[in-house]
Amino acid sequence: MTDSVRTQTSQRVLGLHAVFVYVFFYAPILILVVFSFSGDRLVGRWGGFTFDWYGEFLDNEQLTAFHDGAIWTSLKVAAVSTVIAVVLGTLAALSLERFRFRGQRVFDALLYLPIIIPDVTMGIMMLIFFSEAITFADTYLGFEFAKGLKTVVISHIAFNISFVSVVVRARLAGMDSRLEEAAMDLYATRWQTFAHVTFPQILPGVLGGALLALTLSLDDVVVTQFAAGPGATTLPVFVFSLIRRGVTPMINAVSVVMLVASLLLIALMLLADGLRSVADKSS
Amino acid sequence: MNTKLWSRLFVALLALTLIAAACGDDDSGGGEVACAVGETDGDLNLYNWSEYMDPDLLTAFEEEFGVSINEDNYDSNEAMQPIISAGNSGYDLIVPSDYMVSILIDNGDIMPLQKDAVPNLANLADEFASGLPFDPDADYSVPYQWGTTGLGVDLSVTGPDVPETWGLIFDPALAAEYNLEGAITILNDPRETMGAALKYLGYSLNTTSIDELNEAKAIVADATNRVAAFDSDQYDELLVSGQAAVTHGYSGNFLVQFFEADDPDQYTYFVPQEGGTRWVDNMTVVADAPHPCTAHTFINFLLDAENGAALTNWNYYASPNAAAEPFIDQEVLDDPVVYPADQSKLEFIADTGDFEINFSDAFIEAKG
Amino acid sequence: MTAIDAPEARQATPEFEALALRQERRRGFLLALPAWIYLFLFFAIPFGIVVVYSFATRTSRGGVALSAWNLASYERLGEDIVRNVLVRSLGLALLTTVICLVAAYPFAYYMTTRSTRVRNLMLVFVMIPFWTNFLVRNYAWRLILAEDGPWNTTVDTLGIDSVTGWILDLPSWIAPDVLVGWMADVPEPLFTKLAVVLGLVYSFLPFMILPLYASIERIDSSLFEASRDLYASARQSFLRVLLPLSMPGVVAGSILVFVPSLGAYVTPDILGGGKEVLLGSYIVTQFGTARNFPFGASLSVVLMIVMLTATIGYFRSGGRNL
Repeated sequence: MTDSVRTQTSQRVLGLHAVFVYVFFYAPILILVVFSFSGDRLVGRWGGFTFDWYGEFLDNEQLTAFHDGAIWTSLKVAAVSTVIAVVLGTLAALSLERFRFRGQRVFDALLYLPIIIPDVTMGIMMLIFFSEAITFADTYLGFEFAKGLKTVVISHIAFNISFVSVVVRARLAGMDSRLEEAAMDLYATRWQTFAHVTFPQILPGVLGGALLALTLSLDDVVVTQFAAGPGATTLPVFVFSLIRRGVTPMINAVSVVMLVASLLLIALMLLADGLRSVADKSS
Repeated sequence: MNTKLWSRLFVALLALTLIAAACGDDDSGGGEVACAVGETDGDLNLYNWSEYMDPDLLTAFEEEFGVSINEDNYDSNEAMQPIISAGNSGYDLIVPSDYMVSILIDNGDIMPLQKDAVPNLANLADEFASGLPFDPDADYSVPYQWGTTGLGVDLSVTGPDVPETWGLIFDPALAAEYNLEGAITILNDPRETMGAALKYLGYSLNTTSIDELNEAKAIVADATNRVAAFDSDQYDELLVSGQAAVTHGYSGNFLVQFFEADDPDQYTYFVPQEGGTRWVDNMTVVADAPHPCTAHTFINFLLDAENGAALTNWNYYASPNAAAEPFIDQEVLDDPVVYPADQSKLEFIADTGDFEINFSDAFIEAKG
Repeated sequence: MTAIDAPEARQATPEFEALALRQERRRGFLLALPAWIYLFLFFAIPFGIVVVYSFATRTSRGGVALSAWNLASYERLGEDIVRNVLVRSLGLALLTTVICLVAAYPFAYYMTTRSTRVRNLMLVFVMIPFWTNFLVRNYAWRLILAEDGPWNTTVDTLGIDSVTGWILDLPSWIAPDVLVGWMADVPEPLFTKLAVVLGLVYSFLPFMILPLYASIERIDSSLFEASRDLYASARQSFLRVLLPLSMPGVVAGSILVFVPSLGAYVTPDILGGGKEVLLGSYIVTQFGTARNFPFGASLSVVLMIVMLTATIGYFRSGGRNL
């Protein structure tokens, strides 16, 4: 009895701690949302309630133009780089945790490099690499390409693979492999074992990795700035170029719109999930 | 760890990179192109400072010449330069400041101007048409806008009779007298800030004397105790939001900010009497520009008298365009912040070559 | 035991087992191959350029002369200025990592005690703030930490300032200088070290929560319960069961926080007022205003060698305990 009381108290303390963590996470977000409605062009000085910044944001071609506006560019880069990085990163994690092969240690080391490289260094090296690669492709391989969206995506995948694989490996490491062995003893093929045993088990890790990759890609300035070419401006790069002349509440408005959009997306997914489970029960 | 594998990987990498580097060395070239007046050879890729270009001018150009303009922005010369110097950037036209122009020329990153394609060069004021130290014969660059670096002051903190001196930052007694403890921001830029200190001490801001630089380092280090922040981006906001009373920064930024303040007279901007930095941003065509002719046509378009005036009326920086003056708002022309009366003590920042490293180190050491 | 251990298997072998081993190896290699090729092309080769640059020379115009190979950039690493920057950065990054770990562990553990749906929601709500722009987030923190801002008001109303004041008044043999230095900044943290650490913790906390959650979640909760049933104290079962089993997550999270903290430069500039030159800013300066690419490259290379050795060593030792 005392034991369950103790568990309850500790659960409560843990819950309280979680609330604190969320307050910490959302305090600046609250400020950000509030000032997106402020009439003053200075973020931090309240200038009366207004929707003007949202209007200005919608009117801003550089941001909202379909296809080549900064917002669309950001979303495209984030989506493509996350999907590719999740596939490659998960495979890499599996091969490292579940197999032994020649060159494994070097591969292991190579996989950590993108995580520990400073942003600027990675940016500079991608810059020089693409510039040389363009010349090389043009002179020796006879095809032309230019810096732009593709080069940004390529660089984002390069760092995201590693982040995904670290998170997936944290999940795989020491995960009971007897289940997999049992499945194979029962004549499941490699593929069946993966699809029905391994994958469901590592799914939380894969999703976590995907979330991390998406976030990193949506937030990256430095590498993008160096890898991008004309017209491939992502949202963070656009915002960064504004800081000298002052970041107006318009940027807050952009952030709020993205927040609301992601919340709607999550609500939609929950709804779909709820409907599905209701359907499952009734059938 | 397995050293054999490591060294094998390293050697393989080195070899590949050397091959890549060797192949890449023979770039630049591009071949000479001759452009006619008003000729276009595709859409323009413009790489410019943020909020420096009137969007209406871009639209006007697009309509007149039937090409579209792709504008990307940077926030410092140093952010732009590596991208251009690496080559194959895809950009046609860039707007580097004075010292950066000389660096880009020496690196072969920008192409000589085809003056025949830019008849409106005749509109430039004499002092900008030639003889600028970074490009004496104006072979590569065309001035875009110019301004100064100085101090923005909140008069409600210091009182109206504030002395126009760098001593507000560097003289502890003066800083105490005007309540500036913890209310100062200075630029987070080695050349500007060491330059201000050098000017205060009576030296040239392009000094290559290590002793003079060390003196400057000592007073910057001392000022660090009174400084709230080293800031190159938000100093104008910090000033008008009351978080700082004396801020070191660029003229045009202050002007825009003061203009929108509740009481514009509460603030003032000046270049201290000891002198300070004067800068010019210039249009230059990138050496491997995909569309050099459109770039030249665009330069010519901006040098047009009315277009040049429209630019100044939009961004509040001074225009190098003499023909534009009749079209510039009188209040801008009369504003001593935009057009300072005494320019004798102003200096351009020049590239000091190997000495740049000393500036950079001194600045970091001064911060402690 | 996770997979076939090579030498052992070879000793005990009938022939087809050797064949199976080879097949196993080929499978593993094939799985890794796509990522191998990708990273080789788009990371290893570009990184080779950085390594090459670190042996090159800065031209007087700030270009890179590839012909004059030398170790000058590496020799500069011994200078006082580099050591100062390094010590300061290591300290701040370590502090950030420890705070993140302490804050994230109970949070991640709490998540695992919830139902699957709540867990997923909690996880997503950790990430959502980071889908806003990071610059805007930093500026929001500036507002929070500014004079008379929400932080200041909270500290005043809760009376925290009197607590810090009390600590400040303690005789110096009880409260060490370091503590006093930090405490003095509590009421008005903007443009101090405290603000930098706060900003870094904010930015990188999710990087700690994600791997921690992933590794605690897979621990068989019956193990923990069993240890409690056997009358282990909460502390014992945490230290002997939960913590060791979640070590891979702790290690992964610590690296994901420590490394970017060391390289951060926007947060120290915006919240710290650019007064503390940290390693990240120092490297940026070399590639930026100093236009000293070779030195920037050598700094990066040495940093990465040290971090890589530490990371791999850490992981391998952490992995063995399983």
